Amino acid sequence: MTEAAGATFINIGERTNVTGSAKFRKLIEAGDYATGLDIAREQVENGAQIIDVNMDEGLLDSEQAMATFLNLIASEPDISRVPVMIDSSKWSVIEAGLKCVQGKGIVNSISLKEGEEPFIEQAEKVLAYGAAVVVMAFDETGQAETAERKFAICERAYKLLTEKVGFPPEDIIFDPNIFAVATGIEEHNDYALAFIEATRQIRAKLPYAHVSGGVSNLSFAFRGNNLVREAMHSVFLYHAIQAGMDMGIVNAGQLAIYEDIEPDLRELVEDVVLNRRPDATDRLLDAASRYKGQGGQKREEDLTWREAAVGERLTHALVSGIETYIVEDTEEARQSAERPLHVIEGPLMDGMNVVGDLFGSGKMFLPQVVKSARVMKKAVAYLMPYMEQEKRDLGIEGAQAAGKILLATVKGDVHDIGKNIVGVVLQCNNYEVIDLGVMVPSQTILETARERKVDIIGLSGLITPSLDEMCHVAAEMEREGFDIPLLIGGATTSQVHTAVKIDPNYNRGQAIYVPDASRAVGVASNLLSEEECGPYVSRVRQDYARVAEGHARGQKSKQRASIRDARRNKVAIDWTTYVPPKPTFTGTRLFADVDFSELRAFIDWTPFFSTWEMKGQYPRILQDDKYGEAARSLFEDAQVMLEQIIDEKWLSANGVVGFWPANTVGDDDIELYTGEDRKSRLTLLHSLRQQMARDRGRANTALADFIAPKDTGLADYIGGFAVTTGLGEGPHLKRFEDAHDDYSKIMLKALADRLAEAFAEMMHQKVRRELWAYVPEEALTNEELIAEKYRGIRPAPGYPAQPDHTEKRTLFDLLDAENQAGIKLTESYAMWPGAAVSGFYFSHPDSHYFGVGKIERDQVEDYARRKGWELGEAERWLAPILNYDPRALTPEPA
Amino acid sequence: MTRDERIAALKVEAEKRILVMDGAFGTMIQSYELGEAEYRGERYKDWDQDLKGNNDLLVLTQPQVIREIHDAYLEAGADMVETNTFNATSISQSDYGLEAIAYELNVAAACLAREAADACYENTPDKPRFVAGAIGPTNRTASISPDVNDPGFRNVTFDELVEAYGEQTRGLIDGGCDTLLIETVFDTLNAKAAGFAVKQVFAETGVELPIMISGTITDLSGRNLSGQTPEAFWYSLRHLKPFSIGMNCSFGAEQLRPAVADLAEEAEALVTVYPNAGLPNELGEYDETPQQFAPKLEEWARDGLVNIVGGCCGTTPEHIRLLTQAMAKHPPRKVPELSHEMRLSGLEPFVHT
Repeated sequence: MTEAAGATFINIGERTNVTGSAKFRKLIEAGDYATGLDIAREQVENGAQIIDVNMDEGLLDSEQAMATFLNLIASEPDISRVPVMIDSSKWSVIEAGLKCVQGKGIVNSISLKEGEEPFIEQAEKVLAYGAAVVVMAFDETGQAETAERKFAICERAYKLLTEKVGFPPEDIIFDPNIFAVATGIEEHNDYALAFIEATRQIRAKLPYAHVSGGVSNLSFAFRGNNLVREAMHSVFLYHAIQAGMDMGIVNAGQLAIYEDIEPDLRELVEDVVLNRRPDATDRLLDAASRYKGQGGQKREEDLTWREAAVGERLTHALVSGIETYIVEDTEEARQSAERPLHVIEGPLMDGMNVVGDLFGSGKMFLPQVVKSARVMKKAVAYLMPYMEQEKRDLGIEGAQAAGKILLATVKGDVHDIGKNIVGVVLQCNNYEVIDLGVMVPSQTILETARERKVDIIGLSGLITPSLDEMCHVAAEMEREGFDIPLLIGGATTSQVHTAVKIDPNYNRGQAIYVPDASRAVGVASNLLSEEECGPYVSRVRQDYARVAEGHARGQKSKQRASIRDARRNKVAIDWTTYVPPKPTFTGTRLFADVDFSELRAFIDWTPFFSTWEMKGQYPRILQDDKYGEAARSLFEDAQVMLEQIIDEKWLSANGVVGFWPANTVGDDDIELYTGEDRKSRLTLLHSLRQQMARDRGRANTALADFIAPKDTGLADYIGGFAVTTGLGEGPHLKRFEDAHDDYSKIMLKALADRLAEAFAEMMHQKVRRELWAYVPEEALTNEELIAEKYRGIRPAPGYPAQPDHTEKRTLFDLLDAENQAGIKLTESYAMWPGAAVSGFYFSHPDSHYFGVGKIERDQVEDYARRKGWELGEAERWLAPILNYDPRALTPEPA
Repeated sequence: MTRDERIAALKVEAEKRILVMDGAFGTMIQSYELGEAEYRGERYKDWDQDLKGNNDLLVLTQPQVIREIHDAYLEAGADMVETNTFNATSISQSDYGLEAIAYELNVAAACLAREAADACYENTPDKPRFVAGAIGPTNRTASISPDVNDPGFRNVTFDELVEAYGEQTRGLIDGGCDTLLIETVFDTLNAKAAGFAVKQVFAETGVELPIMISGTITDLSGRNLSGQTPEAFWYSLRHLKPFSIGMNCSFGAEQLRPAVADLAEEAEALVTVYPNAGLPNELGEYDETPQQFAPKLEEWARDGLVNIVGGCCGTTPEHIRLLTQAMAKHPPRKVPELSHEMRLSGLEPFVHT
């Protein structure tokens, strides 16, 4: 940028932000605030005029971290001399921060995302605490991408702030969203220009307001090519500042001077930023490689590392996940080592330690670590026969593992991707892992633990009944006199559940919740360290006592409506003018061996990345500052395997769909009939109703509300389906296991899961267009499908709209899914193979997804009666959604 | 006059002339040489803690003393008297075990000042008299740790301060104050909490009084205890849209002048100043005489720096009498209009031009 234009441009320091700086995040997570303060100080010394502080990390107590850090800053005059930007997407964190600063800072940010009411309320608070405010160009319909919408939202916010709230216009800073350009997606080409144009309008038409933005987003597509990135930032700022952008979250030290950029590059970058020609992105991409070398990596395979010493080569192979030369390098190392074990303890562990450090400091991501583990396992497998031989020759002991850990997915549950990842990460860190697989009864777990003298037991599970099974295992451990630590993990598990439900069953030992695989090593090493274990466990105990107490307090405040009142407040549908659509057939129909290439287009990739613990929306995650590189490489590998799955027909896809005449009876149940005369009942489906205390205008919903009640006389229908893409995966999984290739094993499972979801999505579309045919003309894109923009829903038993898994039995019987599609149900009603989806179809235009939430004893009693259960059985199946403690002696008044 | 009429009159008077506030309370009370028994009075004769030194309690146990001091200042010519409530928050009163009577203390103190002001106004109907409800800093700091080994620790939170200040504010409003004076601010975060509480009470009660704010400088660097410069202090509190901003206590007038000059230039509010009677001597006594005190402030008035003046520690009705005479000769400071620039602060001011 030019000096003159930049003279009044404000640099906001970006390094004390846990979402933007892995280094800072690690420090805060480790409680090392002192070093965190050094980062803040360095920024101020380097010329940041304001420092941005962000503590938005899911595992942090962000409110607490924000308050602690700001309080500490207050004691450091060389930092606190500048104003603070309190940065969070959570209002409670912002408010916690506002209560700690004596100066006048900036709140970053508020927006119209949730509508005008919270926006005004938050703006009034910001004013009351005395701060300026960043307003994102974000409204009820989403983030603004075009200049028109950016400006329109800002103008609306400006009016509300200045006219309704009385906010000083000079204290308003608009952030009209800087998005990545040159991503290869055509719609993105205009993003920079849209920001610049919106900036121009804001500065012209909204007096005294400022414009800011996070500049580094712009160049995500060129990660690893700092020269091009800096040039893009500089060119962008040059134009944006001329248009009136006067603040920015910028790494000031890394900004090139506009005039100093090589003219050719500047021209190319300017074409991209200003979207001056359709081939601008391609031209910059072509040229970009010429400008690599300033910290960037080379694209062609570079074999120079092969010239290094064998130890370095092994480290390189482990860090980069390269298998090609691992056997020959391991052999070379073995020849020069005294004993084969020394190769493992020496160069290989050295290499894995580098991997561990990089992972620990956020410089490697899980998929890369899993690849490293694959290389490591291959090397170890190569050495094994030599070590066996040596043992036989010398009669000596093998290498000492850091600890022995038993892992199991509990009885009734088949989900194991997360557990497998934990196993791999632990093995990378020299733990001996005994993996008992899936659906493991507690007796097997405890017997194995005793026989093999394990140090830690880790339980995993995904479906809600597994939560109860984990409580059961904990109680059994107590009964049988165990005192080793019990780790708890899996999608539905939580710290609260572990603290409130599992841990109290296990007094002799400690149950510990492990939120994700990357935590497993830290937790295990703390537990197995003589010095750390005591203090660590007592910290966990204190935490859990606090969590349990907080939970108990929260319980009291959750007001519920009686089931009678909830039913009176059901979804109000006017049946008098409604004609239910009639499906093209009743009974079931099988769809066997569906073509996988057809399913591919329906894949929702976002959950695929979260399986690998990479959080972010697809496709944006591919350009993500933090995960982008790892995400792209993972995505490429996924595409390769997907091709193989399709071409080599690894898996087969089966599905069964059915429709039946149906009407709602007695408010909450749905009666299915054997024929159109609706005289003889085929079966009865049960639904659960929301019982949260509602303000007027919001219904207490149950699935039964979406089917015409019997007394309307309408001929309504319900559908059902079960699909799987997991058939045939067994031999392939076995093959990967034998090859010590966890990466491919996890990949295959993750892809099969995605394909099953895609299959369900495709069938649902087919139902809407052809089979039930209530929207024959529907033409939605995959994005719109993922966003659930279609009419009708396909809720599954065991999920939020009907949390009772046992209804899946009724569904499977209706469909004869076990015989027809080859999908089995376990005793906990998990589907086998795991890559399967089932659910009911509802067609009413008002039908929508919802969560039943917590329910009261009156409904549970009623539900038990309808299901023909004892109350205790109902309470067991519905345990996760009970709004009361069934063990409490006197029922609390509802 | 009703309170609304008095508030309107206050604004009119402040445009016409430099207004004068009262002087010290603490040093005046000392001159009565009250003992433990007098502090306790009938009501607290069996209280299990010493109460001597709890000056705020005197509005209940020795109200005639407080009334006499108000009367003396009003007779000396003060336009505005402060309630005797510097430490009448539950936080400060907890030192005496008297946190439960914080509200009562404020109501009683405001009533005493109100009665004195109204009685004086009846005698001099050409000169309306106002009551400012004094909101002190409390004895805790929200941005400074009391433990040097644990800089992140705080012995009071923003929320606790808001609660205590809210209660005090309700008492002062219910007792009949015309303005609220958040004073002797040594930690700006305490003042932000006070302002937050005051606004909350305004919203609750529908009664809105002019807010006056007065900071204090604690060392020769010219900053307050929590480290802010006067401008940074002003930017931190400007959102309260105060009726006045200024400085009090600290050193004598000379040392305060640079801070007041900064505020005079930057604040689109009236500027108040009420310094001590010089620096304390070795015995802790303030010995700047009225004849030395008044001319110093007159210089400021001549230079157009002030709108409201008064005295803090060591000043007496005689100081105020001379001050009133001196101020009558000069017009009040003109309130500047600030340009629309974003003015932020850390310890130092930051203006985005």
